[in-house]
Amino acid sequence: MSALLSLRNVWVEYGDRIVLEKVDLDVAQGSFVSVVGPSGAGKSTFLRVVLGQEVPSQGSITLNGEPLARECGPDRGVVFQRYSVFPHLTVLQNTMFGLECTKAPLLARLFGSARKAAEAEAIAMLQSVGLGDSLYLYPSQMSGGMQQRLAIAQALIMRPRILLLDEPFGALDPGIRADMHVLIRKLWQDFGLTIIMVTHDIKEAFSLGTRVLALDKRRHDPHAPHRYGATAVYDLELRKDEPAPEPETEAA
Amino acid sequence: MRWVNREPDRKQRLALGAVPILLLVIVYLFAAYARHAVNPVDKILPLPSGMATALWSQMTKTDVLSGTVVFWADTLASLQRLGLGLSIATLMALLVGLVLGALPPVRATFGPLVTGIAVIPPIALLPILFVALGLGETAKVALIVIGIAPVMIRDVAGHVGTLPREMLAKAQTLGAGSWQILIRVALPQAMPRLILALRLALGPAWVFLISAEAIASDVGLGYRIFLVRRYLAMDVIIPYVAWIALLAIAMDWGLNTLSRKAFPWAHGEKH
Repeated sequence: MSALLSLRNVWVEYGDRIVLEKVDLDVAQGSFVSVVGPSGAGKSTFLRVVLGQEVPSQGSITLNGEPLARECGPDRGVVFQRYSVFPHLTVLQNTMFGLECTKAPLLARLFGSARKAAEAEAIAMLQSVGLGDSLYLYPSQMSGGMQQRLAIAQALIMRPRILLLDEPFGALDPGIRADMHVLIRKLWQDFGLTIIMVTHDIKEAFSLGTRVLALDKRRHDPHAPHRYGATAVYDLELRKDEPAPEPETEAA
Repeated sequence: MRWVNREPDRKQRLALGAVPILLLVIVYLFAAYARHAVNPVDKILPLPSGMATALWSQMTKTDVLSGTVVFWADTLASLQRLGLGLSIATLMALLVGLVLGALPPVRATFGPLVTGIAVIPPIALLPILFVALGLGETAKVALIVIGIAPVMIRDVAGHVGTLPREMLAKAQTLGAGSWQILIRVALPQAMPRLILALRLALGPAWVFLISAEAIASDVGLGYRIFLVRRYLAMDVIIPYVAWIALLAIAMDWGLNTLSRKAFPWAHGEKH
């Protein structure tokens, strides 16, 4: 199995506080990795490191064999729990934003036939997430679930190598969340996506993921709790004959 | 019902808002008539009729010295200075505030300078402006700009600086670079805040305008007020002050309407 994303001996430290320690991980093309763990175990830090928003203090990350750029880029899409969409743009404008930035470096706006083409592409993408009827609404006029649909469409139109989801459904009520699970599962299959999703909902992690990672501290020193960081303590491949959870060995 | 829950409707708001204003007018009229009963040529608290006569003559009579109708000449001169000062300050706030807020190296370089300029009382710079720029229009406009631009710049920069990190990260994952984030993410979101900063700067801008006109000028609303003060001409001063208040309210209302029309997404309404 070819690894799309590889982390080797990744550490994240703030001063003398260690958040992540010795994370070694390979993510295969086409997998859906759920990341769970207790609050403060560095789930979001882990995602920000992969996103490029945070630079690890040591270790290396490669995407398709290439070292990862030290800032966010169009090869990795992201949906956060909040603030993922631009409040000053309509649904259609939000979705076209990526196309416009890529194709028009100077003005970040498209005109004429290029605009028509981008609009058509954006509308098709919005229809696939179920927002085909809401093209001209502003995010503030939409429900939380619709905003997350928009955030997903916005990210997918860039055809990212990896889609990163940071508790994307955490703020939604249960009915909407179930709809979103169906949607993200469908998009994952249709677009052949590779997804890493951070969640605090264990059930969601297992029902959606093909692989579940549990981040936690391997050791705990009561006198200096901040000196041990979190790493992947459980790494479960699902959809196999025997999905019995077994602790990962120390050597990774 | 608790007072925190009593929300007056539109009619009630109008009525309630009018009460203190009417009370003030009534108190003034009582005092004015009382003074005129003792001394029919009292100048300190002029009667409405006296103010109307004085204002009418200012609005219609051509001044023999300048050859202009002073009320309109004053208004035009003051609005021109104010408009120039506000426009320059707004443009500066937008350009400087945007890069200051969005680009950390620029903020590190120029942030302390802007903060330093902002804490200098602008009136203390007025002598320098007069020496450097002369007593003409430039110095007056410059005083308004120096007085309000630093505060507006800091406000816009602060607002742009607090745009969620997630939003900037998202823009970058959509292929946007620094320039594109500036013009497509930071700029549009700074606009409503810029208008708000401008509305709040209207008050100080008027203060600096009137100050500059009071100290060295030969035309303008502030100049006129300080000129006729020598003759205790309250019948001119009070209408002029009311006129300034009216102009300020109209500007504030105009800017607020503009913001709501142009940036409906920023006002949390059903557009």
